[in-house]
Order: sequence, then structure tokens, then C-alpha cells
Amino acid sequence: MADGTIGLWTVPLAVFGGAIRVSTPFLFVSLGECITERSGRINLGLEGTLVMGAMSAYGISYLTGSPWLGVLAAGLTGALLGALHAGICSLPRVNDIAVGIALMLFGTGLAFYLGKPLIEPTAPRLPAIDFGWWSDVAQVRAALRINVLFLIGVALAPILYWAFRATRWGLLIRTAGESSDAARAMGYSVLIIRLRATMVGGFLAGIGGSFLSLFYPGSWNEGLSSGQGITAVALVIFARWDPMLCLWASLAFGGAAALGPALQSVGVTSGYHLFNAAPYILTLAIMIITCSPKRTLTGAPAELSITR
Amino acid sequence: MDFGRISRRHLLQGSAALTLGTALGTRSAFAADTTIGFIYVGSRDDYGYNQAHAQGAAALKKMPGLKVVEEEKVPETDAVEKTMESMINLDGATLLFPTSFGYYNPHMIKMANKFPKLRFEHCGGLWTDKDPKNAGSYFGYIDEAQYISGIVAGYSTKSGKLGFVAAKPIPQVLRNINAFTLGARLANPKVTTQAIFTGDWSMPVKEAEATNSLIDQGVDVLTCHVDGPKTMVENAARRGAMVCGYHVNQAPLAPKAYLTGAEWNWEALYPKFVKMLAAGESIPNFYRGGLKEEIVKVSPYGEAVSAEARKHADDIKAQLTAGTYTIFKGPIMDNKGKTVIAAGTDRGQKDPELEKMDYLVEGVIGATS
Repeated sequence: MADGTIGLWTVPLAVFGGAIRVSTPFLFVSLGECITERSGRINLGLEGTLVMGAMSAYGISYLTGSPWLGVLAAGLTGALLGALHAGICSLPRVNDIAVGIALMLFGTGLAFYLGKPLIEPTAPRLPAIDFGWWSDVAQVRAALRINVLFLIGVALAPILYWAFRATRWGLLIRTAGESSDAARAMGYSVLIIRLRATMVGGFLAGIGGSFLSLFYPGSWNEGLSSGQGITAVALVIFARWDPMLCLWASLAFGGAAALGPALQSVGVTSGYHLFNAAPYILTLAIMIITCSPKRTLTGAPAELSITR
Repeated sequence: MDFGRISRRHLLQGSAALTLGTALGTRSAFAADTTIGFIYVGSRDDYGYNQAHAQGAAALKKMPGLKVVEEEKVPETDAVEKTMESMINLDGATLLFPTSFGYYNPHMIKMANKFPKLRFEHCGGLWTDKDPKNAGSYFGYIDEAQYISGIVAGYSTKSGKLGFVAAKPIPQVLRNINAFTLGARLANPKVTTQAIFTGDWSMPVKEAEATNSLIDQGVDVLTCHVDGPKTMVENAARRGAMVCGYHVNQAPLAPKAYLTGAEWNWEALYPKFVKMLAAGESIPNFYRGGLKEEIVKVSPYGEAVSAEARKHADDIKAQLTAGTYTIFKGPIMDNKGKTVIAAGTDRGQKDPELEKMDYLVEGVIGATS
């Protein structure tokens, strides 16, 4: 300790720090997707939304000098892409999964095209709040430099959990997702509810993207997302459409992503490919354990095209 | 207005111009007005591998009578063959630089057989006698520049721990890690280098995590071998660690933390190639070199580099440039205690054994598998 090293403690600390650093995009995308899917629609295009969000946040932050305007721009871009998805899906006999895949390719392609001049410049980043002031261990202080977006995401999970149960629009979203006939009988337009739910989902996913380019890793390049958006969509199923479980699942995935590099840094060097694959092995295992051919997944909205 | 006729006429004009262009292109392999095609696997301003080549292309643009056409983000598939064909047929390119490793075989070889009068130059491939004569491969011994970076890093570290964020344990990467470590141990024999492999060439989140874990372990000087060093450089600098760059000069990203770096020097090599062709000579099919041949270079030292480090690094650099210094000089042990280069054996830069490197030298913490 005296020489500033913390030995094997690096691993739990890195997993803890990684859970905070890496989980935010997972968290925002999965919470957004949770809202969309609860309304009875799947938006697989959030990978594209995440990348577009990352690109537009970086671009706006670079041009205006304000990273917060970048976050806002990322959210609006995401909402726009969400509206596009919902708009196409409201046409008769359109498959939401196919539209989602198309939008995923469209979003990433457009972001790469528009983001070309943004790879080189350095944009102002989001600030971090120092929660580690009480510690004199540099590593702990570094792990506790937390971005406010992470805190917003963490607060959002219980709020959504409560809102789905106790608020009017939460119930409406669930009604649209469980039985569109019931929502229609109540006099509400299912398409409008789904449009709004998809736009909010896109807004959150876009903000998740802004975290990638404006905080961690903190610059725009084309490999930035490396599939995090699509992983987060899968997380929602893994989390049984429950916002609180989305939070824990995102933290677990963030921590798992840090495990591989952390183990190598303390000298556990064999099988790092296996540790790098840890998040995916975890998903597969849970999916296998919980699946059953006899019933649909517990918690799945009845109107989803995968459960119907 | 008769649109049909106009478009037909334009079509005829266009195809005539095309045939003419192709004919001219193939007739004389090198005319005063030459078009050169560059193909990159990624974006050309990535602060990394592709930017290094694009800087080389930019140096050619400045030469009179040369036209440079470029295409970015061409995957290592049939797509690169189509790009080459369109550069040849539409732009009249007579010299092509497909710069990514995976373009070589079968894609570039196929094109070189199809257009025997044009010249193809590939970065990183291993040209053999069986390959077409109008194809060539060139590469640089960038481990020489890494060795210099290592010396500077060895003097600059306070904790005695260096970090290396690497993509995959392939021979070129291992050679860089080993050269960096040998250089650092020349400056300070107690130094260790911790290597972390991310598993792929561009994994920004993993690279950032690797950087953070290394710094958590007490590492205070980092370098890397990934496609885009920007993530490592920025994240390390934010944590207050020092960095040695790779591929191109990343000093603008972190002016205070940047010590030095191993850079490609394509802007010196490519004009050399063009001059060889203009003089009617042919480029050697298998072209290799290091500091001496000006294929690689070392970034200017940052302000944090001590006078002692500068002196030692400059001294070794001068010897490498003169061709009188051997980096991989026995006895060298690997990090498992096995002798990999016996005492009395000198493995010079061109030694083919070094291109098969599958070990990490003593002082590196990490494993190749």
C-alpha cells in the first residue's frame, strides 16, 4: 500500500469502477427499450440510435463548446430515430423487428458518414463529480469519479419502476403492451402511445450514446459502441422488462467488461479471451436456465411480436 | 429536349474517355501525369495506422504531376478488389497502395495478375518469389522506434512499472512489447512492463478499461499497439499518467503527458518509391527497413523527458540509424525463464526468426495466450 499499489484489490475495485464507468450506456439503452417494449413494440434499432447519439453529442459539443448541449442533441436525435421507427411500424403489416434492424444499419451508417470529420478533433467532455474525496487511495478516488449521467440513470430506474405501477401514463403504456384491444376500448390510440414510448426510448438511448463519446471512453470513433446497443436490448429480456432489474443487469455487464483487463493487470493472463467473453456467457447461461418451451417468458408484454 | 439522345451521347463520350484513360494507363507504367490510389481499412484521420498512411499520401499530393485518389473504410474482402478495379478503370491509377494487412492475399495478388503492367505496393505483406513481379510488399521495423520509446519510458517512470495496451499476441505486437521492454531495462534494469491484450484492433471501451486497470496497478507510463491510440492516450493523460505514442504523433492530444512515440515515416518512403519509378528503376518487391532506411521515426521528445533520457535515447538512435546496433542480442530470456536467444547470437533487424516471435521477454508481465 505504501508504494501506491493495491495488489489484488485491483480486481474488485476495477470491477466496481467498471460497473460505474461502463454500465451507463447499457443502463440508458435498456431503460429506454424497457419503456418501448412495455408498450408492445421492440426497437432493435437502438444500436444505431446509440451510435448516432454518440456522434451528434460529440459534434454539437465540439461546435458549441457545451457538452450539455451535446447531450440534449443526442437525446433529440434519438427521439427522432424513435419517431421514425414508430412511424414506419404504424403502417399496416410492418414487422417492428425488421424495421429495427434496418434502422440499426441506417443509424450506424449515417453516424459514420456524418461523423467522419469528427474523428480527429477533441470536443469538451462532460465533467465528473468527485465522490472519492474521503479516500487517500488514488485508485479509489479514480473509481469514484462519477459522471452525473450515471446518477440520473440510477435514479431513473426506481422512478420508472414506480411510474409503471402507479402513474396514469405508466398504466397506459402497460395496457397498450398487454392488450391493445383494452387500450382501444378505453378510447386511447395505441399507435400514439407506442409512438411516444418509442420516442422516449430513443431519447434515452441517444443520451446513452452521448456518455460514450463525451465521458467514457470519451471520444468519437467508429468502433465506439462495439455492439453495446444491441447487448442492452438483449438485457431488457434478461431483466424481464423490469427497470430495477435493468439497473442491476447493466451494472453486472459493466463490471464483467472490466474483469478481463483487470485480471490481466494483476497477472492472471491465461484465458483472457474467456474473461472478455464473460458478459455473453452470463447472458447465455441465464437465458438457458430460464427458458421454457411450455410458456412465454414471465413478465413479457403480451403484445410483443416475439411473444404473440 | 431529347433526353435519350443526350444521355446516349454522354455515355459514348464517357466510355471513350474511359477506354482512353485505361489504355494510356496500361501502356506506360509511369508517365509524368500519374494517378496513385490509396486504400485504407479505416478512417484516415484516426490518429493511428490509417492516418500514418494518409500522411504518406499527402506527401505525394505535394509532388508535381501526381494525382492521388483515396478511399477509406474498405473492408478486407472482395470489396477491395472492386475499389482497386474502379481506381484503375475510372481514375486511371497506375500505382496502388492497398494499405491494410488483409488486402494482400488473395485480393491484391489477384489484381496484380489481372493488370500485369500496373504496380501494386502492399504494406505488411510477405512477398515471395511465387507472387507476381508487379506486386511488392514493404514494412518497417517499428520496434526500433519502440526501443527508443522504451528508453525514454524507463527514465521517466517513477514506480518502475510500464503498461502496454496491445490488441493481439501476434509476432509484430510481441516484438514491439519486447523491444519497448528491452529499451526500458537499458535505462533501468528493474523496470517491468505489464501487457494487456484487448483481443481486437479497435475496442475503445476495453482499451479504456485496460488503461485504467494498469494505472490502478501503479503503472505510470503507458504505450500501446492498437489501431487507434487516441483512447489510451486521452484516458491515460486524464489519470495523470505519461504516454508513449504509436503509429503517428499523438502529442496534440496530450501535450503534457506525451513523452515520445514510435511513428511510421510513410511520408518519406512513398515519395522515394515514386522517384524510383520515375527514374525507370523498379521498387524492390520485398522492401523492409527501420530508422536507418527512414521507414520509421521517433516523435520529438515531450517537455517531461529529462536531459539524461534524451542523451541516452539520442545515442542509441544514432547507432540504430548508422546500422551498428542490435536490439535482440543474446542472451535474452523470456518471462518464463527460458533462454530464447542464446548468448553470442545477434538477431539483426532483418532476421526472419524475429518475424516468428512468440514469446515475451523477461520483465514483461503477461502471457502470449
